[in-house]
Amino acid sequence: MPITRRRLLTAGGGLALAGATAAACGSNTGRGGGGSGGSLSHWYHQYGEPGTEQAVRRYAAAYKKTRISVQWRPGGNFDQQTAAALLSGSGPDVFEVNGPTLDQILGGQVVDLTDLLKDVKDDFQQAVLAPKTHDGRIWGIPQTVDTQLLYYRKSLLDKAGVRPPRTLDELVDAARRLTDRRTKGLFLGNDGGAGVLGATPLHAAGLSPVTADGKVGFDDPAAARTLAKIRKLYEDKALLLGAPADWSDPSAFVQGLTAMQWSGLWALPQITKALGDDVGVLPFPADGPAGKPAVPVGAYAAAVSARSDRKAEAKAYVRWLWVEQTGYQEDFALSYGLHLPARTSLARKADRLRQGPAAEASRFAAEHGHADPLLWTVASKVAYQDALSRIIKDGADPEGQLKAVVRTTEAELARVRKRS
Amino acid sequence: MPPAALRPLTSNTTRRQRNRTLWFWVFVGPFAVGLALFTYVPLGWSVFLSFFDAHNTVTPTDFTGFGNYRRILSDPEFRSSLTTFAVFTAIIVPATFALSLALALAVNRLRWAQAFFRSVFFLPTACSYVVAALVWKMSIFNGVRFGLANTVLGWFGAEPVAWLATTQPPWYWLVIGTVRLWLQTGFYMILFLAGLQRIPVRLYEAAALDGARPGWQTFRHITFPALRATSVAVALLLVINAFQAFDEFFNLLSDARGYPPYARPPLVYLYYTALGQGQDLGLGSAGAVVLALVIAVVTVVQARWSGLGRKEE
Repeated sequence: MPITRRRLLTAGGGLALAGATAAACGSNTGRGGGGSGGSLSHWYHQYGEPGTEQAVRRYAAAYKKTRISVQWRPGGNFDQQTAAALLSGSGPDVFEVNGPTLDQILGGQVVDLTDLLKDVKDDFQQAVLAPKTHDGRIWGIPQTVDTQLLYYRKSLLDKAGVRPPRTLDELVDAARRLTDRRTKGLFLGNDGGAGVLGATPLHAAGLSPVTADGKVGFDDPAAARTLAKIRKLYEDKALLLGAPADWSDPSAFVQGLTAMQWSGLWALPQITKALGDDVGVLPFPADGPAGKPAVPVGAYAAAVSARSDRKAEAKAYVRWLWVEQTGYQEDFALSYGLHLPARTSLARKADRLRQGPAAEASRFAAEHGHADPLLWTVASKVAYQDALSRIIKDGADPEGQLKAVVRTTEAELARVRKRS
Repeated sequence: MPPAALRPLTSNTTRRQRNRTLWFWVFVGPFAVGLALFTYVPLGWSVFLSFFDAHNTVTPTDFTGFGNYRRILSDPEFRSSLTTFAVFTAIIVPATFALSLALALAVNRLRWAQAFFRSVFFLPTACSYVVAALVWKMSIFNGVRFGLANTVLGWFGAEPVAWLATTQPPWYWLVIGTVRLWLQTGFYMILFLAGLQRIPVRLYEAAALDGARPGWQTFRHITFPALRATSVAVALLLVINAFQAFDEFFNLLSDARGYPPYARPPLVYLYYTALGQGQDLGLGSAGAVVLALVIAVVTVVQARWSGLGRKEE
């Protein structure tokens, strides 16, 4: 039988349709069919340190009560991915989150995990547990504590006759003097610092984004004075900008593109491997009479989706992994890159945190650690980050810029008060 | 015309007619379903969301009327994103238009290796925006001394420039503009080339007989007017493409902590408002509706003004 063109097209179209339908039915939503007997899905963001993925898969495989399917999600927008997935029933059962945000809690997207920490609440680092707590209820279990610090090359500072900066003015001065044709003084990220520094300069000025009693914490001339000094760093051309790898990666520091870099504690193993003991660490230096050194701390937390149809099983699994299995928690924090354990009992006995820069970092985090408060909502943060970028790069007036952010933050605080 | 029932119908024609309806739906049906499901339903849903306080939900209950529209229209960041977009269009549309026309004219005059050059200039069209943006960001226009652009500057003793992080002067426009030029010029060159090859040779012969000099005079009075239909189509496509500005902006300028407050076109801004961790889907939807209206108005005005679809005389 001769095949006409029409017949061929119909057959082709039919095949394509059948294929599409089959693909739609077979798509892996990570829910394992949903019913009992299937697996619980657990989402992680992609960690840069080698071995982390194998480790979390090993922990999941060791859980005997329910089958756990780990999803390792690449891409820099993990928080966007989970936020979108939580809107539908096809998201994860358990997920790690750089939050949960206040709106996720108020919107009922995550499950109350207070009872999981009943007897061990005081063992968790309070600075990172506080932002997971709203109205006395806990919505996420901190996995590890991530902290950031100022790394500096001792040899380069010695050569330039600069001492490790203890105040923001000294930092500005040091960065300028360390800058030459081949090396910049300081790396605060490719955007000049607006993204990674966040509220850290406010804390260095003795202020905070939102106070403990829920008011704007930076409506103060000291804030503008401090932010103007970050602008000075940019103006002096002492900041490294446009490096191939951003602040979270120590490459620029290790390759000698910069004499000082703001980065995470996780980068320390890579740095000491490359530079030996030619490295020192500092907190973000204090500024002004009320100022104090500032060290941001934060924690990815394990949370349970309210859309999960197996919440009890998911909670049991989270309790098993992030509360009971202290061995795994220790391994996760200390064996792949370097993080501080979220439990003080584990931090105390960790050998890797007893000496050298790691010990200092651990002390800085304990003494000067500050986490972003839960009431510092995403909209407020974005407004502040935009303002900081304009102050640093465009030389915009810090006072005027901060006034606008104060207004946005007040509006946000009023909105969430109304909502809760 | 008599009613259908009175018309003498053979069974053959009814069958053919029925067949035709059947085939119409076989071919159009899947696309119509897809269009409705993936375009019209989300569109309608977005309009619905724009009237609610929809933080972290797509099934909101808190009706706020035009509150979101008031907020988005009074938001200086949204208005500045529209300005960014206008600036981008003003740069990229004429630049691509001129460059692709110039390339087409040059390639059209070639007596040998025309196919080769046509392919070479067309090739970048096949490259993904994301890949090109990363190449531009990481190797050509990175801010350190060993970036390609900075190496060239270094030969002349100039200081390295942080191309994407410098706002005064706004060097980032150079990066954004050149990546898109590189990506899309080849495609529009092909359109112009096709247009050029349709111009009858006798027009040029007649012009030569009338004493028109080759070069600018011929181009101005023969070639360019004869390309009118192509030019209109190219301009329209370029504006529509500019409206969709997202890929290269996002990949050039975003980082793990967000996006700087400059060179932020509306789609990028709304992406962060609605789909970032903020998840303000009501406000984002209101912005999307405003943007859709702006695009509709501009497109209609442009089509009217350029006489798109008008029968050629």
